[in-house]
Amino acid sequence: MRKLLLKSIFGGPLTERAPAADKRALAELAEKVQATARRRLGRSLSIRQVDAGSCNGCELEIHALNNAFYDLERFGFHFVASPRHADVLLVTGPVTANMREALERTYAATPDPKWVVAVGGCALDGGLFAGSHGVVGGVSAVVPVDLHIPGCPPSPQDLLAGLLALMKRRLPRSRAAKPEDSGAR
Amino acid sequence: MITLSDIIGDTDRRWPRVEVTQDVWEFARTQLAERKWDLIAHWGEPGAVHLALREHGSGTTGILSLDASRGSFPSLGRDCLPARRLERAISDVVGLVPDEAPDTRPWLDHGRWTVRHPQGTPEQPAGPQRYEFLPVEGESLHQIPVGPVHAGIIEPGHFRFTCSGETVVRLEARLGYVHKGIEALIAGAPLEHAAKLAARTSGDTTVAYSTAFALAVETACAAEVPARALYLRAIMLELERIANHFGDVGAICNDAAFSLMLANCGVVREQVLRAAHAAFGHRLMMDRVIPGGVATDLAPTGQREIEKLLKKIRKAFPAIVALYEDTASLQDRTVRTGMLRHDLAMEFGAGGFIGRASGRSFDTRKVLPWAPYDTLSFETPLLQRGDVDARIRIRIAEIEQSCALLRQLLDTLPSGPILSEVVPRAAEGTAMVEGFRGDIFVWLRVNGDGSLARCHLRDPSWFQWPLLEAAIDGNIVADFPLCNKSFNCSYSGHDL
Repeated sequence: MRKLLLKSIFGGPLTERAPAADKRALAELAEKVQATARRRLGRSLSIRQVDAGSCNGCELEIHALNNAFYDLERFGFHFVASPRHADVLLVTGPVTANMREALERTYAATPDPKWVVAVGGCALDGGLFAGSHGVVGGVSAVVPVDLHIPGCPPSPQDLLAGLLALMKRRLPRSRAAKPEDSGAR
Repeated sequence: MITLSDIIGDTDRRWPRVEVTQDVWEFARTQLAERKWDLIAHWGEPGAVHLALREHGSGTTGILSLDASRGSFPSLGRDCLPARRLERAISDVVGLVPDEAPDTRPWLDHGRWTVRHPQGTPEQPAGPQRYEFLPVEGESLHQIPVGPVHAGIIEPGHFRFTCSGETVVRLEARLGYVHKGIEALIAGAPLEHAAKLAARTSGDTTVAYSTAFALAVETACAAEVPARALYLRAIMLELERIANHFGDVGAICNDAAFSLMLANCGVVREQVLRAAHAAFGHRLMMDRVIPGGVATDLAPTGQREIEKLLKKIRKAFPAIVALYEDTASLQDRTVRTGMLRHDLAMEFGAGGFIGRASGRSFDTRKVLPWAPYDTLSFETPLLQRGDVDARIRIRIAEIEQSCALLRQLLDTLPSGPILSEVVPRAAEGTAMVEGFRGDIFVWLRVNGDGSLARCHLRDPSWFQWPLLEAAIDGNIVADFPLCNKSFNCSYSGHDL
């Protein structure tokens, strides 16, 4: 173990420079900004990841964000274990009929202000799985979506660029929670 | 003594399918109960149920089909535990009822689909029903419900723990949350579209699914695949195995709060994915394997990138293995935790590292090899203890074997075309492929116009999820993440 630890001290970091914030994502976000509801985000964002029906490809690349090359935490992003601690819901997959209620409850359990980032082609409109008896559709069919990061799956670079766009822009306060946060649920 | 080959007759096909009578079906049930035959897959379509089998000893494989036009079929689950959830799934998606089945609760259908029996005669859904977990009785027991949304970045599923103090006395899983209806979507889809759907059955093992699907289509349509394409498929499959095993070893140790291992394994995993991207243009190599061959040739720098990767692994791997070997506090968590008994692994036909850590040596690449694995030399590692430690060690040994396979494949990579035309014809095809998690079985029926009539995709997790419930027995709740990660079953592959 000593050898590995020494190597990591003297070997220099593997972490790479951050990509520029995704221009398309920035434009998408800019449209959403309302002058009356601008609010600067703090320096840190807590992310709760929700798999609403993905094939798990997106999860693999979201995991990769934590490896030494991308080191997501250096930007103040960190993944949290409960929606109660989260600012952002990172939702993957077409929303399946069997996950719809779980996603709604997770959204309701997330305190305001909150943002929803839909990740991957399926999360946009159900992708290849649209029209199935088991699929409701994209994430926006169930909860309001603030940003969509495309890709099948999006690479860690794409994810990083999208999340940085979210961080850099002033964002509107999210719409009132729908359904209402039931608190004690 | 009647054997499986007596039933299916003389054939040179690996997976012949024969229609059988109810008597033969009942005979199959006794052979499964006596563990003379392994259950490989069990699925249905309107009016028929199918049963893929493998006989111990002779190794004969085949598919038995039973007429079920009266709407039901004799349950195998009475004597064959691994058949139970498969029967419940048949009942959910096709609407055929297993007679005298010991467990009639719905499995994949949570009452929320737009239709009931989507692959049979569609009916109006009954609406969500309360799911009855198995009763647990005893003094001072308490239950812990977990999921479907979990604390980590993982797939959704519900786990119901019944505990006595810290000790788990029963775990019951409820799955089906990520059911996307893949088989129903494939039915009627053109070949190209169907291949994309099959590739997304479980994203982490997309190359294996694409390969199994392609092999099944090629068997059905009697398509010849160029040698170079077969080699490129194997290169991708072994890269996928290495990437997943590194990810798993790191993640298992991380669940024992040893994050240094995750950091080091995560670096190698990322290097594998980058090499895959450089060589094949996609980090997970999705949609690269297609019926007829492969969609993209190795990039001009691809071979060098993979060779560079192998060098990096050779350099980093000994230190990672030593880190595991030298950390007693970590092994204190993994050794004798989550023990899976050999007889259970045999009974369920557990594939992959789960079976091989519990003394079941089955490896599709060895037992039912497809080209080019029939000409490659490699070992299937085998351990007996069946604990988390053994499942880590099997993965470590498999990484070594996969690296050796990659070297052989690169050294002998043939040149030539990478794709041949698949001329559709109305026929059936079957294939089995060893993904990183175990054996993936695919059966399909192609229409003459090149669309798919039916497709069944059986993930190895079907026979591994139930074993997790057995392995956690008597362990403390805090060791569940460790056990679960060491199994790393697919939710999406199982729920379809």
